[in-house]
Amino acid sequence: MTSYRYDYDVITQWIDPGEKVLDLGCGDGDLLRHLMQVRQVQGYGVENDPDKLLASVKNGVNVIQMDLEKGLVGLEDGFFDHVIMSLSLQAMHNTQGILHEMLRVGREAVVSFPNFGYWRHRQSILNGHMPVSESLPHQWYNTPNVRFFTIADFDALCEMNGIAVRERLAFDEGKLVLEEPNFLASVAVYRLGRGR
Amino acid sequence: MIQPQSVGVVAPQRAEFTEPLALRSGGTLDNYHLVYETYGTLNAERSNAVLVCHALSGSHHVAGTYADAPHNVGWWDNLVGPGKPLDTRKFFVIGVNNLGGCYGSSGPNQMNPATGKLWGADFPFVTVEDWVESQARLADRLGIRRFAAVVGGSLGGMQALSWALQFPERVGHVAVIAAAPKLTAQNIAFNEVARQAILTDPEFHGGHYYEHGVVPARGLKLARMVGHITYLSDDSMAEKFGRSLRHGRNTYSYDVEFEIESYLRYQGDKFAGYFDANTYLLTTKALDYFDPAFEYGGNLPAALARASADFLVVSFTTDWRFSPERSREIVYALLHNKRRVSYAEIDCPAGHDSFLLDETRYHALLSAWFDRIEV
Repeated sequence: MTSYRYDYDVITQWIDPGEKVLDLGCGDGDLLRHLMQVRQVQGYGVENDPDKLLASVKNGVNVIQMDLEKGLVGLEDGFFDHVIMSLSLQAMHNTQGILHEMLRVGREAVVSFPNFGYWRHRQSILNGHMPVSESLPHQWYNTPNVRFFTIADFDALCEMNGIAVRERLAFDEGKLVLEEPNFLASVAVYRLGRGR
Repeated sequence: MIQPQSVGVVAPQRAEFTEPLALRSGGTLDNYHLVYETYGTLNAERSNAVLVCHALSGSHHVAGTYADAPHNVGWWDNLVGPGKPLDTRKFFVIGVNNLGGCYGSSGPNQMNPATGKLWGADFPFVTVEDWVESQARLADRLGIRRFAAVVGGSLGGMQALSWALQFPERVGHVAVIAAAPKLTAQNIAFNEVARQAILTDPEFHGGHYYEHGVVPARGLKLARMVGHITYLSDDSMAEKFGRSLRHGRNTYSYDVEFEIESYLRYQGDKFAGYFDANTYLLTTKALDYFDPAFEYGGNLPAALARASADFLVVSFTTDWRFSPERSREIVYALLHNKRRVSYAEIDCPAGHDSFLLDETRYHALLSAWFDRIEV
């Protein structure tokens, strides 16, 4: 992983100055640190990995240890302006539960994930191997990812759960994709709200 | 980076106070003294002071050793010293024996100036808030207007939290470790068993046992045995003692059979040999009374609205005395108030006592947190 991720720019655009922001799976706290610097947010990270939690503390951001699979119990309804989950949704078992929780405690949710339907991934499968790429950097036997889904799948899930897709941007390894994102984009970033 | 070192040989100091201290219990201490130790050097701006608050059986002797007692190592020596997480090359660290304690500060085993006799049971009830008030006066005496940090574990963590509420402008950072925003009925129940053990000891003499030349050692021993059970986890007891038998077989007697019995008796006897029963009573009551949310109708977020410090809250997975859920209550209440807070749940098998250990991740976290404090 590079220390700078291009979905950060998109996410930053969607955050207004001074917002209350929760970053789920905040890792070393780089995104929060960035948002604190350029958006003066009141930011909190959530992390359950002790090494990453330590990195976040070293990075000077607020970080709270919590197991996201158990939801966001204890956090108040509608407390945050934005609840972010950057490239972590695919590593969670309780996909629907966490999306529901994000939109419970946040006015909006921002989610980015690797698109399993990306053409290179499809090509890889056609060639008989599980895809390994910049957006899916692990081998099948050591990946932390547990859910493999496409942009089309995620759209359908939002539709099914009454989650409003307010905005969606798709990228092919950093470059914006406007046509056929489910085929041409490696990563998608969504801005989600409650209701349709 | 240097190899972590001891602060070396230290000596306690004593501060006398003559301005009366009004206590939450309604009583007043007209004059009193506090015994304390310091490690490191107060900087010219007086901005690098850190107060370490002690728990039930702790003292002002946080780090280092004594010239005449080289084996008497401070109770949090693994935390405080040059190159240690609370680095005395950067910070000026203070440990205070709380009022009502038995290590030299005004308390039941000290002279009551009004009578010329030992206070005994006449020493007034003291609360966490009273301790914090007296610690603030000591800070005044040392010329410290604002602490860089106040830290503590267990009952010490409650004092640290109370500092953030009583003197928000006088503390920059607060670490609340293995603590709780108040005791549960179960916590109070364990304390009550401990107190009854002391109060019903025939040698307690209504708390004036000093005059009889005895101590209620049996009661104090039982109190400590009960306490010790709550400090350890089921797993750590199982690992350390399991069902090991002293004689390798059942002897069908009430002598020590299981190793855990031997351990508890030993800990109880040792404790009864040096701790004061009246202090134990007073301190368990201070624990029971602590409840900053009480005057806010039980609303902890409302109670913590006054706090402005940057918080670190730490709990331990196997601590059932003050479980992680209790620490999370504090975290959520701080979050509600949009305060700066980080929270870690340390995976450590040792139960409540974990906070005194130098578990790697725990100390790495404390190091990182202390590092980021600017003085």
